[in-house]
Amino acid sequence: MKALSRRRHPRETAKTFTVTGFALILLFLFLSPFFYMISTALKTPQQMSVLGAPLWPARAAIAEYNGVEMETYSVPMNTCVGSEDDNSTRGLVILKKGLRESTFADPDDPGRGEFICAVSWRALERPWQFAPYWGNFSTVWSTINFPRLMYNTTMYAVLSTIGVLMSCTVVAYGFSRFDFPGRDFLFLILISTLFLPAFVTVIPTYTFFQKIGWVGTWLPLIVPTFFANAFDVFLLRQYFMTIPREMDEAAMIDGASRFRILWSVILPQSFPALLAITVFHIVYAWNDYFGPLIYLSTARDKWPISVALPLFNGIYGSNPELIQAASLMALVVPLILFILAQRFFVQGLVVTGVDK
Amino acid sequence: MFEQLNRGMPQLPSLRAYRALSSVKRREMREGLLFISPWLIGFLVFTILPILASLFFSFLDLKITDGILSTPKFVGLRNYQQLFNDPQIWRFGSQTPGSMWITFRFGMIALPVAILLPLGLALLMNNRYLKGSTPIRTLFYMPYIIPFVAAIFLWGGMLNPETGWINRALMNMGVPRTMVPNWANDVNWVYPTYVILGIWGIGNAMLITLAGLQGVPTALYDAAKVDGANAFQSFRNVTFPMISPVIFFNLVLAIVGLFQYFLVPLVVNNGTGRPGGATMFYNLYLYRTFFVFQNMSYGSAMAWLLFVIILIFTVLLFRTARYWVYYAGEARS
Repeated sequence: MKALSRRRHPRETAKTFTVTGFALILLFLFLSPFFYMISTALKTPQQMSVLGAPLWPARAAIAEYNGVEMETYSVPMNTCVGSEDDNSTRGLVILKKGLRESTFADPDDPGRGEFICAVSWRALERPWQFAPYWGNFSTVWSTINFPRLMYNTTMYAVLSTIGVLMSCTVVAYGFSRFDFPGRDFLFLILISTLFLPAFVTVIPTYTFFQKIGWVGTWLPLIVPTFFANAFDVFLLRQYFMTIPREMDEAAMIDGASRFRILWSVILPQSFPALLAITVFHIVYAWNDYFGPLIYLSTARDKWPISVALPLFNGIYGSNPELIQAASLMALVVPLILFILAQRFFVQGLVVTGVDK
Repeated sequence: MFEQLNRGMPQLPSLRAYRALSSVKRREMREGLLFISPWLIGFLVFTILPILASLFFSFLDLKITDGILSTPKFVGLRNYQQLFNDPQIWRFGSQTPGSMWITFRFGMIALPVAILLPLGLALLMNNRYLKGSTPIRTLFYMPYIIPFVAAIFLWGGMLNPETGWINRALMNMGVPRTMVPNWANDVNWVYPTYVILGIWGIGNAMLITLAGLQGVPTALYDAAKVDGANAFQSFRNVTFPMISPVIFFNLVLAIVGLFQYFLVPLVVNNGTGRPGGATMFYNLYLYRTFFVFQNMSYGSAMAWLLFVIILIFTVLLFRTARYWVYYAGEARS
């Protein structure tokens, strides 16, 4: 009976095909900018300037004739003297360009020698060969001082993540393991800071940081992370609440202090949640644009990649291959991080949206 | 995350509440406050004080010229008077509407997309006929984590009027060269362009909605089937109420995000408001008022207006929540 009920109805299979096919087409369209980026980043500037060049990285096909490399053209063979019955199109090297007739040679059949075909060379198409070009990456690497940008971005990401981890674990512990009047009220305030528009605090904060000489340094971006934030505290609190209290109580009876309990009971069991906020925050800092833009705009040597990229775009806007190569270099780190830690990412996100 | 905000007001922390406690409980309160103190201090220094300061600034005349702060002068409500009469904010209907209307007009297109697209995708991911839903959903989420600036350049390339793939595809489909959209440079196409740019940010909302869908007990669907409900009725009466908290969460975040929208016009159209002033969003105007024209007091007044508007909208939203958001485990009144 079981085997019978498992066998799939043909109509079910058709539905699976339709639904999955639809999802895949949607996904392909959704991710098409990635394909655009990769294929453009691998193109030569010459290919970019040729109208009608293929979408994939390519160069005009080249063939050797008599020891010299020459560009080839697609010639319909029935226009040529001596092969009127041949209906194929072949890639030939051109020896003499003419508007009525041109002189060609066949690189695959050099013994045939030169022959004339009744075609205008201008009307001929040129075959393209797949040929990725890697030079754009090195051009970007040196023009925007890429190692410096990577160093700055990494420093910002790592230091601010340390701040978030330290402060948010402590605060989340306070909200999840202590019962006192007003705790829920304070938690409510914490959550409602998510609705606060950044601009209502940014003018005085910026002015203050400017007064104490912090504008143009990393400090305005890193110091506030040591004072916890609503999103990560919420995520950690939800996780801490799933850890049974009995374990705290056992440790407490053994005379452990509250901090000791956090350190040796709660944290060792919270690895997935800690990893989730670590990845979240590294990606957040890596992608942050507004913070570095306002606090570091005058300090070029401290720029992270996100601020440098638009400037690069302003200068090389007419070179899409360089822009796409630079974008690819900027997104590769968060992408790898996401691929490695996607499970924690997804779980962490779901907690904030679905949990109460 | 927002369920707590929908319940009644909890007890306030106070000295009186503290005194009423036993000594053991007092100690717990002291220790608890100590543990949350990093946030309490940060909240005071980086949130409360700046909010009050910007309120204070908004009653002054305070500008920075050549890096020097002008002497503050108390002007009463003059900034607000100017604010409510500023044609750059309130001009209505004409060729270039004011920044407030720009924000609303964009919201009319962007908000439905921000809610319905993740919902549609999540329903697709949850469809039992979909094979390989885990990798597909991961790939739909993926663009969310790439740097916002890089995403703009990827889409900027795709949407380039001459060399972009989208217009090339349109021309291949027979759209004449003169008819293809000029995307971010055309007043009529710039909002759809921004909406397309925003599509890469839906991964978050999609995953949360999907988790909500997966949390709906199958018994409810079975019961609906027994009662003879069709697919639409079962969505209307089972799925939607059960995932309404998640939709509410997405809606609140989308509206708060809309009112703070300005980074995309800042990067895509260089924050100039081009084409034709159509992208001078309220926050962009505010950003320029402070960071370009260095008018602190007027910027502060603008920020406070924004704060109040967001506050009103969120309070109204939470008010409506009791009519359409269903929290399981709570009696519906």
